[in-house]
Amino acid sequence: MIPPSFTYARATSVDEAIALAAEHGEDAKYLAGGQSLLPLMKLRFASPTVVIDLGRVAELSYIRDEGTYVAIGALTRHHEVANSELLLADIPLLAHTAEAVGDPQIRHRGTIGGSVAHADAAADLPASLLALDATFVVRGPNGERSVPAAEFFQGIFETVIAPGELLTEIQVPKPANPAAWSFQKFNKRAIDFAIVGVAVQGTSVALINMGSTPLRATAVESALASGASIADAAAKAAEGTNAGSDINASKAYREHLARVLVRRGLEEASSRS
Amino acid sequence: MKVSLTVNGKDITADVEDRTLLVHFLRDTADLTATNIGCDTTSCGACTVLLDGESVKSCTVLAAQADGRSVTTLEGLASDAGEMHPVQQAFHEQHGLQCGYCTPGMVMAIVSLLKENPSPTEAEVRQGLEGNICRCTGYHNIVKAALAAAEASK
Repeated sequence: MIPPSFTYARATSVDEAIALAAEHGEDAKYLAGGQSLLPLMKLRFASPTVVIDLGRVAELSYIRDEGTYVAIGALTRHHEVANSELLLADIPLLAHTAEAVGDPQIRHRGTIGGSVAHADAAADLPASLLALDATFVVRGPNGERSVPAAEFFQGIFETVIAPGELLTEIQVPKPANPAAWSFQKFNKRAIDFAIVGVAVQGTSVALINMGSTPLRATAVESALASGASIADAAAKAAEGTNAGSDINASKAYREHLARVLVRRGLEEASSRS
Repeated sequence: MKVSLTVNGKDITADVEDRTLLVHFLRDTADLTATNIGCDTTSCGACTVLLDGESVKSCTVLAAQADGRSVTTLEGLASDAGEMHPVQQAFHEQHGLQCGYCTPGMVMAIVSLLKENPSPTEAEVRQGLEGNICRCTGYHNIVKAALAAAEASK
């Protein structure tokens, strides 16, 4: 399969990327690592007339210690996130989530910002960033704004990023007890997206593929806060969710998986801490 | 658009459509057909090549993204004198193939894996090959070949 015809444009800086996006309007798409966009284009689910390649915007590839939080450039690849000594020590949930994305080849190309901006409800990194209370920095022609993860994801493949804006940085607060993490991913083949997944950091719990966006398991979190046992809290994992049914799993099975995986996740996180 | 790639140490410049995928550039423009197209959906790994030394699925990279970069395909592994690369040699000795379709991708994925982790455990090899599918299910000897290549490279 070959993608539909488009005009290729290459940006070498954030300013150039934003200027290209302004010039070409809504028919243009940013290309980061291309591991989601190119397959969608080959299937004709996406047909941008202009593709703005961000691959050479070197200023957006970094992992920086900012004291209370870690700043990650949007074009940092999964491979780099997974192998960052800083993240493995201070935010291991994020490093291990990046290691769970796709396969080594995909992790050599795919970027953290690409995954977040693409906003697939079945993706791994958005849920862990939601559990970690990350903040996303978005830049556009009118300047920069910061959006908390809880407000960022709007629907299937939909975020608050406006046309012409570019996600530039992800800021992840260092958790008080970094070791209290777990990432649970249930799928049939190694490289598949999660049928259901769970990210746990301390008593924060986020769910993958239990609705049109990554979700916080708020019923579980409030049960834990009021002293419930892990088993009793995990029993509430499907409350407030809106899982779909598809070829991989029915809604009821997904709800069952959420309860089981939240229990496993909380148990693993508490055994590590 | 004009792209210039270094493929197996040789500079290749060509005028291609903007939408040209790296795998088609390698097969149709560079005339290097060891790299196979299997699933064409970023799943099977048959099209794995090295981009600046790291494994990538060339069906999911634009030739334009590889412009100015260095690509290694299976054809680029053996020495000029024809001596096989340790991973190729190990596939030969361990009978790491059946029909052979996945083999170029498997070999390139293992070259990249061993570069990042020169002494992997069996579990790490299996994990490291999660992006490569062998439809003959000949994984056992492929894993043995990867471990033998790691041993031979010490």
